[in-house]
Amino acid sequence: MISSLLNVKGLTKIFGKGCSRCHESTGPAFETNVCSHCGSVVACSDISFELYPGEILGIVGESGSGKSTIVKLLHFDWDATSGEMHLTEQSSPSDAGDGGDKGIQCGFSNKWFSGFGAGLFELNGSNLLALSPYHKRQMRNFLMGVVYQNPYLGLKMDVSAGGNIAERLIMANWRNVESMRSRASELLLKTEIPVERMDEPPRNFSGGMQQRVQIAKALSNKPRILFLDEVTTGLDVSVQARVLDLIANLQRELHLSVIVVSHDLGVIRLLTQRTLVMKYGRIVEVGLTDQILEDPQHPYTQILVSSQL
Amino acid sequence: MMIKDSTEKIKEDTQPASQPRKFGGYNFAFLDEAAKREIRRALLKAVAIPGYQVPFASRELPIARGWGTGGLQITLSIIGPEDVLKVIDQGCDGSVNAVNIKKFVSSVTNVSTTTDTTEATIIQTRHRIPEEEMTENQILVLQVPLPEALRTVEPSEIETRRMHAEADYSRMWLYLYEDIVKYSEISIGPRYPVMVHDRYIMDPSPIPRWDVPKLHMAESLFLFGAGREKRIYAIPPFTKVEPLEFEDVHFRMEDFSGKVCRRCGSSNSYLDEIIDDDTGVRMYVCSDTGFCDKRCR
Repeated sequence: MISSLLNVKGLTKIFGKGCSRCHESTGPAFETNVCSHCGSVVACSDISFELYPGEILGIVGESGSGKSTIVKLLHFDWDATSGEMHLTEQSSPSDAGDGGDKGIQCGFSNKWFSGFGAGLFELNGSNLLALSPYHKRQMRNFLMGVVYQNPYLGLKMDVSAGGNIAERLIMANWRNVESMRSRASELLLKTEIPVERMDEPPRNFSGGMQQRVQIAKALSNKPRILFLDEVTTGLDVSVQARVLDLIANLQRELHLSVIVVSHDLGVIRLLTQRTLVMKYGRIVEVGLTDQILEDPQHPYTQILVSSQL
Repeated sequence: MMIKDSTEKIKEDTQPASQPRKFGGYNFAFLDEAAKREIRRALLKAVAIPGYQVPFASRELPIARGWGTGGLQITLSIIGPEDVLKVIDQGCDGSVNAVNIKKFVSSVTNVSTTTDTTEATIIQTRHRIPEEEMTENQILVLQVPLPEALRTVEPSEIETRRMHAEADYSRMWLYLYEDIVKYSEISIGPRYPVMVHDRYIMDPSPIPRWDVPKLHMAESLFLFGAGREKRIYAIPPFTKVEPLEFEDVHFRMEDFSGKVCRRCGSSNSYLDEIIDDDTGVRMYVCSDTGFCDKRCR
């Protein structure tokens, strides 16, 4: 039996002071995520799921259903109101091969952290959402990568494309300019950005190129978990197809575990193996993507699938 | 340093008005004893945590903020009657700012002053570290305009404090990386950021690169005061101080090879360039006038 890589339990985010009745007075049954008692917005409530090694998990739902909130909570951009996130230590073939790679490794054992001054703390069994800001930053730097819908959130537009990638490498204690530039070229090549444009700031790039630079940046530290938050929204269809192909290829090549957030069922169908359907901050249906799209059980999922153009 | 017992000072300050008063009617070293005590506490904390910026309640002084009030407050807090003071401004003992600060401290303390680095016990300076190596009996007080080395990359004070607390210096390194990409080398001149005791990135004040290596494992104590920004920090003796550099792009000092001081002939000191208005001829003289004068003698 394969054990999960990431185990999320009871993840909740409430904007506002919150009250004891927030959970019971919001959700799909009430068709709102605003608490009628205290007025707080329940962005997501009691979300539990597992992510398996090498799996691509989709989160789909309408605007305001709490999809992006989950990514922001798991990537430590926001603090969760309650909930737990646990990692299970895995042995991966890539662990052994990357040991000497400037301290960057693909595993996440305590040994993996020891080189970064993260201090001794047990990853196995600890609730990652309760870590100190310092440890959360370390986790974000070495374990996770994220690609936002808006490249302005993920990239520094006044810093060169190579510099954006180098920043992640610097965080992993790289201090050799030539090595950093060579790694950045390698990643830009992989994401189909002309290497001769490495020293240009991403603001000079098209939307699709900016997304690809974000992907290159997210992959620079060889993360185990990649979050993709509406990565193809706003891109034209041909660019969308190239970005999706790129993601699928990189996922296979690097054996990444990916969480894809999208409201586009086409993206979900193309990329993911399993899907969570969300509405009003709750998961209403979970299943294999094919099953969800071909035989939806929940009324909301049925509407979602039938409303595809 | 001889620091008199503070209770003695308070007694001195509260003597009857009928008696003649020393120091132009002011307390010894101008500042009241409580102020000096607070600054000394900040100094002790700064020495205990090398490179860490300690906030302090910067006092009003009879010179404008930004003209060396931070350095002056440190000098006034640590000076004792037996001390010998030297004040330099960009290496020069005779500049208006240096002379006025020296006169002021002298008038409120009656301490003797000097232009010889080796004779001084306290040296207050702006933008230079003297050429002659300082000893364990000496303190160098540096005036600092902008104490936050990370200000170049982050405008928010809250964020820079977080970055220091978590030793999150990636943005500073990225700034250096970008500099190399643009100019093929690190273009920072003065205020070259240094890593103190492998922990804090520190602004060494606007000293030239030439002076940065003098901070490393020095015998003397370095105290940094920023009056306008209300921060004090320190480098205790024998502390590791390293300029930020990459493995393949190293820190470089100003290059004066082939140039010598026109006055003393020194080829191993930081030189100022002077251009003769009439002839257009470029010449070089030592920036440290005390050092140059000594060599000329």
